[in-house]
Amino acid sequence: MTKNGGRFEVRLSGSGGQGLMLGGKLLAEAASVYDGKNTVQTQSYGPEARGGKSKTDVVISTEEIDYPKATKVDVLLAMTQVAADEYADSLKDGGLMIVDSYLVETVERDGAIQIPFTMLAVEHCGRMLFANVVALGAIAELTGVVDWDSLSKAVMARVPEGTEELNQKALDVGREAAMNAREKTN
Amino acid sequence: MSAKRNKDIKVLQGNEACAIGAVAAGVNFFAGYPITPSSEVAEFMARHLPLIGGRFIQMEDEIASIAAIIGASIAGSRSMTATSGPGFSLMQENLGLACLAEIPCVVVNVMRAGPSTGLPTQPAQADVMQTRWGTHGDHAIIALAPSTVLECIELTVCCVSLAEKYRTPTVLLLDEVIGHMRESVTLPPPGSYHCESRGTPGADLDDYCPAACEGDTVAPLGHFGGPHRFHVTGLTHDKHGFPTMVPDEVDQKIHWIVDKIESRADELAMNDEFMTDDCDVLLFAYGSTARVAKASVRQLREQGIKAGLLRVKTIWPFSGKRLHELAPQLRGIVVPEMNMGQLVLEVERTIGGGVPVRRLGRVDGRLFTPDQITDFVTEELSA
Repeated sequence: MTKNGGRFEVRLSGSGGQGLMLGGKLLAEAASVYDGKNTVQTQSYGPEARGGKSKTDVVISTEEIDYPKATKVDVLLAMTQVAADEYADSLKDGGLMIVDSYLVETVERDGAIQIPFTMLAVEHCGRMLFANVVALGAIAELTGVVDWDSLSKAVMARVPEGTEELNQKALDVGREAAMNAREKTN
Repeated sequence: MSAKRNKDIKVLQGNEACAIGAVAAGVNFFAGYPITPSSEVAEFMARHLPLIGGRFIQMEDEIASIAAIIGASIAGSRSMTATSGPGFSLMQENLGLACLAEIPCVVVNVMRAGPSTGLPTQPAQADVMQTRWGTHGDHAIIALAPSTVLECIELTVCCVSLAEKYRTPTVLLLDEVIGHMRESVTLPPPGSYHCESRGTPGADLDDYCPAACEGDTVAPLGHFGGPHRFHVTGLTHDKHGFPTMVPDEVDQKIHWIVDKIESRADELAMNDEFMTDDCDVLLFAYGSTARVAKASVRQLREQGIKAGLLRVKTIWPFSGKRLHELAPQLRGIVVPEMNMGQLVLEVERTIGGGVPVRRLGRVDGRLFTPDQITDFVTEELSA
């Protein structure tokens, strides 16, 4: 985890219903409750319950976090084409873009990591609603922004009883896909 | 490597923290009508109050909601409601009833962009003057505005405590950013918060004056169903609580409900300052905007500009004390607000032209960025 005064900014973007808010919450809990860092999570969404643009920013820092939103995004997750187009510019130079290649066709950014999160969720966990957790696994592997064990524990503490195994699987699938994707990119 | 859970650290949402604060302060009655971006307060109370013997009621609208919390308070409960701009507008008439009848209760207003239905999910700070003057007639109000999730707990406790102590409605002014923001907090041990209580009337049942307007402390409030009989009305009333048109009594009543709060403005003022010791440019801010202003102060200091931040947690009653004290060292004051200029009017009134006061408004439904405030300050100062 790098610089900017110990400040690391993650932006999770897509559409309502993809579980991005929950994803941000899990990331924040992993970073604070288990890794002992300061976190602030904010969100932006439309008035619709499902569909419509949705994004959440998670700022993680070893120092006090004053400005609560992301300004120079270190890691951008885009789970829809609209989100990929709209937020690509919010990435700082050298920032990492990760897209759901199942839903995002064109990525105008060199070095973007492309993983079909939604497809992997359906294939390995049986439901597309695990895509957010698959993505978290990939983010942790690719950035080290949260300790792997911390993320796993934060997810287990929050998910509904009886779904622990599937969620752990989702994390593992994301992690493995990230390893493969990184090899391909390098 | 095995990660350990730190039980004292929680990642809480502002609205959730507000509800936690309410429960810690003994709130045992909540009536409300859900509205974005405040609904999580009601959700928490709906889940939690039945578990501790409290009562949650979802009302038909916001007029009924505030009526219910006033009624519950008269019956002896500590009561609260939560809403946003459109609902807050509907509550104004009964807010005045609580002011005049001196009924403790807490209204949480999570400000969103308006007017009308506006932008339900986007922030604003445009209800500052409505909080002060939204209900008709001369009155006073106490309103507090947190900037952090931990302060959402602390200032909710303060709102309950001040409502009880001064027998007045109090308003917790959040904005969407603070209400919906999740932040890591280290929770204090249970029982850390002190909360005042309305007094208990004396044993002499015939001598009880529920609406006495004399002395340094407000009259204790009995409760309906208790031994003390008393009358509550929105008509201007005498010390026994019955309507009066006697000019001296009316005059005394209005002075009383205003002065019991306004005369304590300095005492009730809660501020937080950042780098004000040697500053010659002061940013004056509250709520989420104050967090942005703090980032701007750091940026401006890096540019060699001696900036500082005065963050007010007590919005109403407005205290000009710190502004007066800081004024001699200042060459400018900048007031960023997510509105077209509201609390800046109080700053201007306090400063009275001695130091240039510049307002920076933002009404596009977005929070300021640090760069925006920093650029404004540097431009205004070079002009």
